[in-house]
Amino acid sequence: MLRIIDVYGELLLKAMGQTLLLALCGLFFACILGLIFGLMSVVKNRPCNIIARIFVDAIRGVPMIVLAYFIYFGVPYLLNTIMKIGGVTLTALQAGTACLALNCGAYMAEIIRAGIESVDKGQMEAARSLGMPYWRSMYRVVLPQAIRTMIPSIINQFIITLKDTSILSVIGFPELVNTAKNVLANTFMSFQTWAIVAVMYLVIIQTLSVLAKHLERRLKHGL
Amino acid sequence: MKKLIAAILACMLVLSMSAALAADKYVIAMDTVFKPFEYTDAEGNFVGIDVDIMKAIAEDQGFEAELKSLGWDAAIAACQAGQADGLIAGASITDERKASGWIFSDGYFTATQCMTVLAGSDIKGFADLSGKMVAVKTGTQGAAYAESLKEANGFDITYFEDSPTMYQAVIGGQCVACFEDTPIMAATIKENALPLEIVEGSENEGAPYGFAVFKAEKQELIDKFNAGLANIKANGKYDEILAKYLD
Repeated sequence: MLRIIDVYGELLLKAMGQTLLLALCGLFFACILGLIFGLMSVVKNRPCNIIARIFVDAIRGVPMIVLAYFIYFGVPYLLNTIMKIGGVTLTALQAGTACLALNCGAYMAEIIRAGIESVDKGQMEAARSLGMPYWRSMYRVVLPQAIRTMIPSIINQFIITLKDTSILSVIGFPELVNTAKNVLANTFMSFQTWAIVAVMYLVIIQTLSVLAKHLERRLKHGL
Repeated sequence: MKKLIAAILACMLVLSMSAALAADKYVIAMDTVFKPFEYTDAEGNFVGIDVDIMKAIAEDQGFEAELKSLGWDAAIAACQAGQADGLIAGASITDERKASGWIFSDGYFTATQCMTVLAGSDIKGFADLSGKMVAVKTGTQGAAYAESLKEANGFDITYFEDSPTMYQAVIGGQCVACFEDTPIMAATIKENALPLEIVEGSENEGAPYGFAVFKAEKQELIDKFNAGLANIKANGKYDEILAKYLD
């Protein structure tokens, strides 16, 4: 175990950094996608609802590992070979970010939709009857109340997505699991390597959980 | 309650005795796909050089080998945990692995590694890789070969878990080259008509593959493997197996 830390410690730390980088990139775009599609599914506009529904159903219906292979290998193939655009290559980070953003974005959209729908209809009606326009009522009245119920689910989703980065080891992104497989192939020390990796994940996720608890406490007293 | 505990203990005793009686049966962990060393053929049979060599040696030495196709990472873990007695998975004999407590048999096959690029690629040698991305498969000698060339030639490495994904990365253009065992590469290109070519003069001198066990108490299995290997080499069975898979 000590020998692994001694020889491969630096490599594993770098991989931890890559895991964080990938998770942050993925989560950033997932929040944007989630907000867009979440709002699209609550507004009173049929085509918007349908588009949001299709997005959520399509992404939720495909396992992330399949999505990862599809984006990394399928998209360049589609563009280069079938559509003859040519010269398109995706790095593992780009494909990984897209994959996480789509996957997590679909779940975020559902969390945001459920959060908004959990706010009593009377709140929106009251705001509108006071003469506030729809979007301002949404932004000033409904969303602040919705966010409080959404926060625990969103944080849960962040943690799931952070762990899902491990799935992207299959497209060769040098995150923790991918790197750990290299270390154990070189050293043939399976348990020691996985134990170290487990601890590293625990540290990342505990840090995130503590930060999240702090944020949740602050939001309890209103925005 | 006491009766139940007694019954459980009795069962365990009987089980451990039957395990002791079947002492000449070894569980051998293997990779899932490492063509032509182990793979599943069109009929669904698990075949390959490792499979046939292991069976031939078991027959020669009079023990029973239960082959388990677990996959590379799981095979390593299974031997460490004592779930399997030995591992044969095209594993190269390296000092680092020995330092972790593994014991290797004599080499049963020596493979050289080579660099492969897209057919008609501009890459003619290692120097052309500067600033480019190279694909390798985790834990292979090809990966070790690429790592040894990385610094001097200034390229980056992406690690994939299986060979098909690695080839796909080169064909799809995500990586410009991959490193793989020469016989495997040549056979795969030919068999699947892949648009890839082996770069001339890119071969290294190669490293032997060995059968491995994790603990010193499994030394007898290594001894049997070595004795059996010498026998099947002497009686022509070994050459027969190689000829079957590497034509």
